[in-house]
Amino acid sequence: MSRPPIEHYVNPEPFNPQSLLELTPEQERYYMASQWRLAWWKLKRHRLAVISASFLTLMYLVVIFAEAVAPYDLEERHTQYLFAPPQELNFFDEGEFVGPFVYGIAVTLDMEKLQWVYGEDRSKRYPLRFFCSDNDYPGASYRFWGLFDSSFHLVCPAEGGQFFLLGTDRLGRDMLSRIIYGARISLTLGLIGISISFFLGITIGGVAGYYGGLVDSVVQRVIEIIRSFPMLPLLMTLSAILPVTWPPTLIFIGITVLLALLDWPGLARAVRSKLLALREEDFCVAAQLMGAKPGRVIMKHLMPSFVSHLIASATLSIPTMILGETALSFLGLGLRPPVTSWGVLLNEAQNINYVVLYPWLLYPVIPVILVVLAYQFLGDGLLDAADPYKH
Amino acid sequence: MLRYIVRRILIMIPTLLVISVLVFTIIQLPPGDYLTTMVNELQAQGENVNQERIAYLREEYGLDRSPVEQYLYWVGGMLQGDMGHSFEHDKPVADVVGDRMFLTMVVAFVTTLFVYVMSFPIGVYSAVRQYSVGDFALSFLGFIGLATPNFLLALVLMYLAKAYFGTDIGGLMDAQYIDKPWTWGKVMSVLEHLWVPVIVIGTAGTAGMIRRLRANLLDELHKQYVVTAKAKGLAPGKVLVKYPLRMALNPFIADIGNLLPEMISGAVIVSVVLGLETTGPMLLKALQSQDMYLAGSFLMFISLLTVVGTLISDLALAVLDPRIRLEGGRKR
Repeated sequence: MSRPPIEHYVNPEPFNPQSLLELTPEQERYYMASQWRLAWWKLKRHRLAVISASFLTLMYLVVIFAEAVAPYDLEERHTQYLFAPPQELNFFDEGEFVGPFVYGIAVTLDMEKLQWVYGEDRSKRYPLRFFCSDNDYPGASYRFWGLFDSSFHLVCPAEGGQFFLLGTDRLGRDMLSRIIYGARISLTLGLIGISISFFLGITIGGVAGYYGGLVDSVVQRVIEIIRSFPMLPLLMTLSAILPVTWPPTLIFIGITVLLALLDWPGLARAVRSKLLALREEDFCVAAQLMGAKPGRVIMKHLMPSFVSHLIASATLSIPTMILGETALSFLGLGLRPPVTSWGVLLNEAQNINYVVLYPWLLYPVIPVILVVLAYQFLGDGLLDAADPYKH
Repeated sequence: MLRYIVRRILIMIPTLLVISVLVFTIIQLPPGDYLTTMVNELQAQGENVNQERIAYLREEYGLDRSPVEQYLYWVGGMLQGDMGHSFEHDKPVADVVGDRMFLTMVVAFVTTLFVYVMSFPIGVYSAVRQYSVGDFALSFLGFIGLATPNFLLALVLMYLAKAYFGTDIGGLMDAQYIDKPWTWGKVMSVLEHLWVPVIVIGTAGTAGMIRRLRANLLDELHKQYVVTAKAKGLAPGKVLVKYPLRMALNPFIADIGNLLPEMISGAVIVSVVLGLETTGPMLLKALQSQDMYLAGSFLMFISLLTVVGTLISDLALAVLDPRIRLEGGRKR
């Protein structure tokens, strides 16, 4: 006896009991992704962090190719143009498009005030040249990173013309070029310093957190004491006792090490607290029971779970270092003139009466703030992304 | 409570001791003492050096004794209010310093007050109205404030005031009051000048505090007891003030331990830029002329200020939070 036909609709396909548990390819991709991949996806969604990262990349490219990007050499002096104001970059001349160019500088001597007065000479027009080399831009050759000779410049002034986009300083040196060269010192100092501090922080914090007990309390006290010193006065004092006889490069290294020595406690403390929490976890105990040595447990089992977090914190303390160096050099206690950093440039702006007359001496402030802001945003984004499982 | 206070003060002593040893080591680090430098300078100028006077000075200031003895001498003097002798000014450090230490404390105190008064309402507003236009605007301002180093802010403000208003915003009092005894007019003059450095030094701290208070309060606001309280029909204001705010207040007060060193070190360099009559410019000058005793005294004083400030914040926290009072010690 056949069953009567069913009235309602029935899907003819065979029933799949797993249908609700099955993942779409998209979901699968998400669930199977590694921690780093997830972090990367999360970072990419943080718009400000992405913009900051691109900006910083650009800055570091400039740092690498400073000689080629800067229109003039670091120490090139234009003795007829001392304290020349910034030249305006124009594209149109009398309503006609001519591409980027600057007008000539008209120099007159004010006999009453006995000072040079700089104006615009509209009759002369100097279009900028791009991708110049030795044959069309005399005096362009330099030693790239002190390694090999080159004369390539991204942009250079027209023949017989000047190109002082940000004015010149007391000795007639182009501010823009000096800021570009200064970036090399200011930005690498931050990176070197953070590497040292990162190493110290992980080692000391790791030892304290892993062993606990007496070692931990000693390290804790040391950290507390270092942190209870106000950083800048201590830094000032320490850098003041660096011997005056040291050559500038040694001073650079000395300052970097000092900055790192005062910076590691923050990182060490973060490492320690994470380790203390993690070392009680089952996977860690399991590793220990199987006979793993402390070094292996720390590096292989504990580190991966918080290293992303550490990278984020380290990124956040790079600006502190850059600012520390800027402050020191600004006060004249840090790097010294043949080495040029943004702080050294700002040192010239210490006298406010000078600055009122020649406001362009303050321009190095802008890159300092931008870089610090960018690191700040990037660090925030990294901190968010460091724990991709949190919502 | 009393036991906690006593314990907390006892902990402070070894910290201060270690700090003093460190500071003294720093003073001693440059090769030679001040007298050798002085002798060298005099000889370079072709002047005759009176060996007897040098020997006398050496003995007088204990420069011929062992480092340990010198340290004890220094610390002992410190405890009696004798801060040593400034070789550059050839005066006791206490005389050179004068009002400056007091003014430094005034600036630090007023700035701390400013930071708290500013950041508390703004932080609460930002958290309660999260993602509102006001929150975004304030967060953005906060980021700028956090990223702008305060000495550069001081520099730019000085420039703007001078270039556009023709006024000098530097200094902590009118010129006629400098190094004069305290009068009513001097107090008023200081108050008139105080707001510029306070704002400049306080900006970064305020921005940081706002961010932390906002984050703490947001954490609390997302907890379930808040939802329960709301669901039971408690008035929004009461829900906020009764529990989450009190929870979020703790780290806010405790943060003074981080805030104070930050502000005091910021104040040093800002006061150099603004030319304040505080310890900052003095410290710089002492460092530049390698007058290490003077510099060491300043460093010690500044560190002492920080340690005492942290102590006060700990005590305030103990009053506020019975858990700390009873367990003893803050958990960080």
